[in-house]
Amino acid sequence: MSGQQAPAASNLAGPQSAPNPNILETRDLSMVFGGLIALNRVDLSVERDTITALIGPNGSGKTTFFNCITGIYKPTRGQVSLYPADGPKISLRGLPADKVTYMGLARTFQNIRLFNNLTVLENVLIGRHSRMKAGLLGALLRNKRTRQEELDAIDYSFELLVSYGLDHVANELAKNLPYGDQRRLEIVRALATEPKVLLLDEPAAGLNIGETAALKDLIIRVKEAEKISILLIEHDMSLVMNVSQKIFVIDYGILIAQGPPEEIKSDPKVIKAYLGEE
Amino acid sequence: MSSNTPKMSAKSRIHAEVRASLAAALWFCFLAFPLMTLSIRPGNAVAFSIARIPYLFAAVFLLTVLWRFFLRRRSFKNVSKAVLESEGLPEDLRPGPKPSWVSVFMSSKYRSHMVAFLLLAVSVIPFVSSPYVVNVMVVALIYVALGLGLNVVVGVSGLLNLGYVAFYAMGAYTYALLNQYLGWGFWVCLPLGALTATLMGLLLGLPVIRLSGDYLAIVTLSFGEITRLVLTNLNITHGPRGIGNIDPPGFFGIDLNGSVKTFLVQRLNVHPDMNVNKIYIYFIILAIVVLTIICVFRLENSRLGRAWLAMREDEIACQAMGINRTRAKLTAFALGSTWAGLAGVVFASHITFINPASFSFLESIMILSIVVLGGMGSIPGVILGAVVLIILPEQLRFFSQYRMLLFGALMVLMMVFRPGGLIQSTREVYIHRGGSRKNAPVPEAAPNRGGRS
Repeated sequence: MSGQQAPAASNLAGPQSAPNPNILETRDLSMVFGGLIALNRVDLSVERDTITALIGPNGSGKTTFFNCITGIYKPTRGQVSLYPADGPKISLRGLPADKVTYMGLARTFQNIRLFNNLTVLENVLIGRHSRMKAGLLGALLRNKRTRQEELDAIDYSFELLVSYGLDHVANELAKNLPYGDQRRLEIVRALATEPKVLLLDEPAAGLNIGETAALKDLIIRVKEAEKISILLIEHDMSLVMNVSQKIFVIDYGILIAQGPPEEIKSDPKVIKAYLGEE
Repeated sequence: MSSNTPKMSAKSRIHAEVRASLAAALWFCFLAFPLMTLSIRPGNAVAFSIARIPYLFAAVFLLTVLWRFFLRRRSFKNVSKAVLESEGLPEDLRPGPKPSWVSVFMSSKYRSHMVAFLLLAVSVIPFVSSPYVVNVMVVALIYVALGLGLNVVVGVSGLLNLGYVAFYAMGAYTYALLNQYLGWGFWVCLPLGALTATLMGLLLGLPVIRLSGDYLAIVTLSFGEITRLVLTNLNITHGPRGIGNIDPPGFFGIDLNGSVKTFLVQRLNVHPDMNVNKIYIYFIILAIVVLTIICVFRLENSRLGRAWLAMREDEIACQAMGINRTRAKLTAFALGSTWAGLAGVVFASHITFINPASFSFLESIMILSIVVLGGMGSIPGVILGAVVLIILPEQLRFFSQYRMLLFGALMVLMMVFRPGGLIQSTREVYIHRGGSRKNAPVPEAAPNRGGRS
């Protein structure tokens, strides 16, 4: 709605001469709930056009991390910065969730959160919300611009559904979709916001082996086709090791390891976090 | 229907049903025993008679049997539907959601003809009927406007507002007060009443932004009661005595009950006792209702309306989709209240006397019932709901003692057998025109359909 221009409040750290290799960075990100330190000074970065994974045992703070960078929680401390390829740095810290989405971070949820009683197409259309402008008057008067915008949004959404094989159920209610399709629709809905970084929160949860394999292809395809970066939280190690270029491991809110999958696999600290000590 | 169930089990099931119904009837008779057998005769003598018990027993038994039969039939239907679907019948044979007759009608090519015919029929009513009918119709149309307004808040946005009548009162009192003290006319006060209600909607919306569900219901309920109490206790509103002699809407300074009436009665054969002002008000509220329908329809299928729907479905996900929840909530509250304000002004000019008793909590419940009974989020549903709940009680005056009883029973039955309302809301069907998306990836030859079981 507002803030069509690049935000003015940014880039206090001097002009960016060479483009930053990272698209998303957190510095010192901490989140404290009462006496519990859920996140402790997490420095994480997502490189451009890559798939990065964030793993860790249950309750280690992965979803809290997502909630902090997407504006659902306000982090206690630290910075969250987005570096668009074609503009200055954007600080995401303290922005409300809808603004974060507008800036180019879209997410899915661990427990699917679709708009169940709306159709598949409407779900995707709602994803277009932040890229549309029509307000109350536009809706009531239905002037030419609003109608055109609406048609464009419908076309865009249909094209997305066609690309990801959901167009045959476009007018079905989202709740009537099979589980795997619901997961896919959630990703498509997030893509409709035209994100720069897509955050996937345990997309393989509840999928069987075949569905997980399909999801792996889907994730890689999304990255290639949409030319975006992906940050992935996942428990399914085969999926994580197969798709991601870099893995961050978090335990008790602290980043304990980072590196390419081969390194992480054999990292004693990671093994300790997952399996415990002898 | 029951051909695929074994005969024996069907028979024993019927026995079980009858036994359960007998037990229910017996239990009910036991509970109601003192109430149905003891009565006080003149002179404080207590009389005892069990004559009514058999009737009670029979009635409860029959009702229970019916109730259980319909419940069973409903669950059987659901099961058979699920079985058929899982067996993978071809698409067109599946007993999918049947389109309602309204949606069939609305999507037919005669839609515009039918709407025109409907409008014509409704416009003719005041010229061919009695003053009584016109009065009832005006009230019904006021409730249609109220229902459609509340539908935006409750049905579309999912914000349970139990104090909606406060905004209705706001509109009515705006007109009554401005008319009483400043002599302002209807047409000036109509937008002012709507504006007052909208502003109050915003004002109420601000503190309740963070609330939803039950908490929101409690706050709005209190707001409605506070408004009524304030109106009762203010001097300027004459407290419970109310404000009378409110002017009917002006018609270019012409007295409609003068020569216009003579003309209508003599030439158009209008009822001689007709108050022409009522016909005028009838057309005003009809115009408002038509306008409301257009507005609500356009809103529902717009960016803003979808934001409301998304908010109703999931507050967290809607924010993650870039929707400003605060703004969506406030606009829903304020816009819903606008129609209450409009309806309130028309109500004041129609009744010509208002007092706080007209704006009790029961009234809020009535409007909410219209929305729920008709179908949350469904425009034709809300219209039908208003007609059923306002006109039927008028027609069934001899039942008036049991009105609330029937009302409650109707609500329970609705919730059990048709929770979506009389006419359930249907979603707009979109057709792919085959446009183009920027940077669209080329669809793969075999779209990735893996993982479908």
